[in-house]
Amino acid sequence: MAITREQVLHVARLARLRIPEGEVEAVQAQLGAILDAVSKVSELDLAGAEPTSHPLDLVNTWDEDISRPSLPREEALANAPDPAENAFRVPSAG
Amino acid sequence: MTWEPVIGLEIHVQLKTRTKMFCRCANVWGEDPNTRTCPVCLAHPGVLPVPNRRAIEWTVKLGLALGCEVAPRAVFARKNYFYPDLPKGYQISQYEQPLCGPGRFVVPGPAGDHEIGIVRAHLEEDAAKTIHVGGAAGRIHGAETSLVDFNRGGTPLVEIVSEPDLRSAEQAKRFLQLLRQTVVELGISDAEMEKGSLRCDANVSVRRAGEAGYRTKTELKNMNSFTFVARGIEAEVERQIATYEAGGEVVQETLHFDPQTGSITPLRSKEEADDYRYFPEPDLVPVAPPAELVASLAAAIPELPGARIRRLEQEIGFDLAEGLVTSGRDRLYERVEGDRRAVANVIMNQLAGAGVDTERVDPAELGRLIEARERMPRTVFDEAIGRAAEPGFSAAPYLEQQAVSDAGELEPAISAVLAAHPDQVAAYRGGKDGLLGFFVGQVMKATGGKANARVVSELVRERLGA
Amino acid sequence: MTLDTLRLTAEETAGLIERREVSPRELTGAYMRAIDERDGELHAYLHVAGEIGPGVPIAIKDCITTSGVPTTAGSRILQGYVPVFDSTVFARCRAMGLPLIGKSNMDEFAMGSSTENSAYGPSRNPWDPERVPGGSSGGSAAAVAGGLAPWALGSDTGGSIKQPAALCGLVGLRPTYGTVSRYGVIAFASSLDQVGPITRTVRDNAWLYSIIAGRDPLDSTTVDLPEQVRVPTAESLNGLRVGVPRELNEAEGIEPGVTASVQRAIALAEELGAEVGEVSLPRSVEYGLACYYLIAPAEASSNLARYDGVRYGYRAEAPADLLDLYERTRWEGFGAESRRRILLGTYALSAGYYDAFYGQAQKVRTLIGQEFAAAFERYDLLVSPTSPTVAFRIGEKAENPLAMYLSDVLTIPPNMAGLPGLNIPCGLSEGLPVGLQLIGPQFSENLLFAAGHALERAIGFDPVPERLR
Repeated sequence: MAITREQVLHVARLARLRIPEGEVEAVQAQLGAILDAVSKVSELDLAGAEPTSHPLDLVNTWDEDISRPSLPREEALANAPDPAENAFRVPSAG
Repeated sequence: MTWEPVIGLEIHVQLKTRTKMFCRCANVWGEDPNTRTCPVCLAHPGVLPVPNRRAIEWTVKLGLALGCEVAPRAVFARKNYFYPDLPKGYQISQYEQPLCGPGRFVVPGPAGDHEIGIVRAHLEEDAAKTIHVGGAAGRIHGAETSLVDFNRGGTPLVEIVSEPDLRSAEQAKRFLQLLRQTVVELGISDAEMEKGSLRCDANVSVRRAGEAGYRTKTELKNMNSFTFVARGIEAEVERQIATYEAGGEVVQETLHFDPQTGSITPLRSKEEADDYRYFPEPDLVPVAPPAELVASLAAAIPELPGARIRRLEQEIGFDLAEGLVTSGRDRLYERVEGDRRAVANVIMNQLAGAGVDTERVDPAELGRLIEARERMPRTVFDEAIGRAAEPGFSAAPYLEQQAVSDAGELEPAISAVLAAHPDQVAAYRGGKDGLLGFFVGQVMKATGGKANARVVSELVRERLGA
Repeated sequence: MTLDTLRLTAEETAGLIERREVSPRELTGAYMRAIDERDGELHAYLHVAGEIGPGVPIAIKDCITTSGVPTTAGSRILQGYVPVFDSTVFARCRAMGLPLIGKSNMDEFAMGSSTENSAYGPSRNPWDPERVPGGSSGGSAAAVAGGLAPWALGSDTGGSIKQPAALCGLVGLRPTYGTVSRYGVIAFASSLDQVGPITRTVRDNAWLYSIIAGRDPLDSTTVDLPEQVRVPTAESLNGLRVGVPRELNEAEGIEPGVTASVQRAIALAEELGAEVGEVSLPRSVEYGLACYYLIAPAEASSNLARYDGVRYGYRAEAPADLLDLYERTRWEGFGAESRRRILLGTYALSAGYYDAFYGQAQKVRTLIGQEFAAAFERYDLLVSPTSPTVAFRIGEKAENPLAMYLSDVLTIPPNMAGLPGLNIPCGLSEGLPVGLQLIGPQFSENLLFAAGHALERAIGFDPVPERLR
């Protein structure tokens, strides 16, 4: 199953991965080969089958609405690449 | 040929649970940045969401109040997109199987009920808050950097989607106000638009009267007051009509209404294409609200505002009934004895106008004031009303101050007013009965508000009478 | 006393501590010496903690968060990340006093079957350092097989515990989905990931499983065990009905030496009293791999979206704007296999393809569950090879993702159905360990342990690599 260059670039944008210009074709070829293999699932006619999103048939697991301590702010920010003014700093959307 | 607006609302209600939707950080407003976070709501590697039971129950309760079917099985889903206020890179929401399915919400109007279809009400988590800094201050675009505060991130949010059943900005506002009051009375949210705990987007299109089907709609985002919702929709309806009448086409886009200038501008979209790649959230199991739980939540729902408007309308007419109920002031109204219209009028026009907190008013004292209103000087009554919410307020000292009702004392003022307005006197005699109020007002003014208005009114009528 | 860290089981180690024949300090010291001696070659660890404590020391796969100890999941994008919280499984180990020896190497985000996808370089197989230890929990397996830890925790999504255990001659349990908490386990594919023990013996395995298993309020998908974990003693298989799924035993690519070892083990099972018969799982094997390589990447594409350079981890230098920050951070921070699976998964979930790919794969998953359920109506356990091959050479499959994916062709089908699977070593082929996969119905861990223990005794496999004896 072929995947076009445009599709590769579209998916890469959705996934926020910038494929360097010279590598797009290689990525396209690899994805195409894998998609060929996994497209095998479409051979089966499963119109009536229920999808399984979970191996166990559980429902209603939840927690009571009782608060627990939050992290001290220093710990919340401890791993931040660019902490500023007690917050996480990012460049703005362009 | 006339145009018909077609409006649907998408409303977000922030639940006032004690903790967030999927972690047990406190759900509070106005704390220092990033002091209400944990590995879960910061989306650290390996963490998992655990749903808040109360948020689920409250959503069911809200769904029941909106006349929705409660789903036998609801499934959380991931909505995938990148934004700094969305730490996991996806929002946990509900997609194909929301907690509350189709419903009908009855909105009383002056000319009968409007049934507004509810498409769904589902539970999701809120995004964090991003403050744009650097660059030009305060503008959304053009800032160089942003600061992210995750305190609000992950707090529970109910999204309610209406059918495109609304036909005017006024109706949309009425629907939203009634919905807000319902939410407030269920005790599940502060629902304050200014604080963002109630948010409203509107899907707007227009069509020719009698035309079947819908035309292209636009989405108006984040209008943060009832007035702006109405004005924004009005402006967009006008824009679309003008576009069609100029031979143009409306394009599907997301718009921002600026209440200062009244202008409508396209918003930059977060994702170039809306491809959210929804799929069932594998970290959570389905919610299957037990029948007993749904029954007990249903039983606990009080008489809802819509029903109360219809009930009170019998006593005081639609406008007063709607005003009292959607402002929550009917609680006081119901407890004050006396002439129903007078009580409603005083609460809606005078107490509310003076900014008095009706929750703190002693109904018995207010009842006494209203009963004696016409015998009191206007200024005295107004002062009493202004103080009605003060602790230990008593009507007694005000009741002692009687208004001037003696005809002999009032005659000079009445004569002076009539002499000063010969044209109006002529008009009144010519049949303009409505001018009676004008003369009474002038006399009240001349007497410094001390006159008994009803007596003045009678005297004026006698003097000018045939 | 000198401690033979290559041979000591966790149970024996606990005995030494209990009888005060060895102090916690001496014990940790022995493992530190072994690490000094051999980890330069094996590269089983990404971070050596060398903790001293009252229990049996343990190696923890690097996708399992350990408060205050670097945790990277083998990825550059988490270089320098130090968690501020413990995973539940590690907290349970701590509560039992198990000191942390170190964080073991792995394929980045558990995506791989050889540890060659680690951003920090591959681990090597103690049986032959030219060969891979399997993956993705290859560091955990190399640590135990190489005498650098008495036992370890790994994680298994498509076979990442069972396969490295097989390639390193160890016992590895992939537990029933939902019996072990995933809280603090860096997610690859949420509906498949499970943590489990990698040990030298089945008894050690049962013991460690009993420590980590059970409902966790922090993981909504966990359940209480229906019965207590029993450390096995049985040495007979009397009355046990053992099914041999034809497709799992005759799949293309299974090496003859692997088949021979597995057949001997099956014959031994019969001698121990088991009733052995054939069974068929036609679609599970034919479609399992394709189903897995849709579901796992789809979930991974979403699970890995949080690595965006905002709150922790790697961030690209001098981003021009937000999009630039995201796109370069993620391309530079992730390795080739992670990128590939993110792209694949994003595609499988994207508009227009969901029904054909992710939706269809979820239905195939239902079908696989039904096939196994039918097999378990006739049999108590199923057996097959764990890996079609013995340990392969480093670099042999690195350039061919699809060939690498076939390493998991026999472990994936039961995983899709949420079934537990136990690998036990069953012999050597070309001087390298061969693994036997025992598959049971959900929550049948006690049965797997009992049968595995009896077989282990009968097989008499020596877990110490020949070159290190």
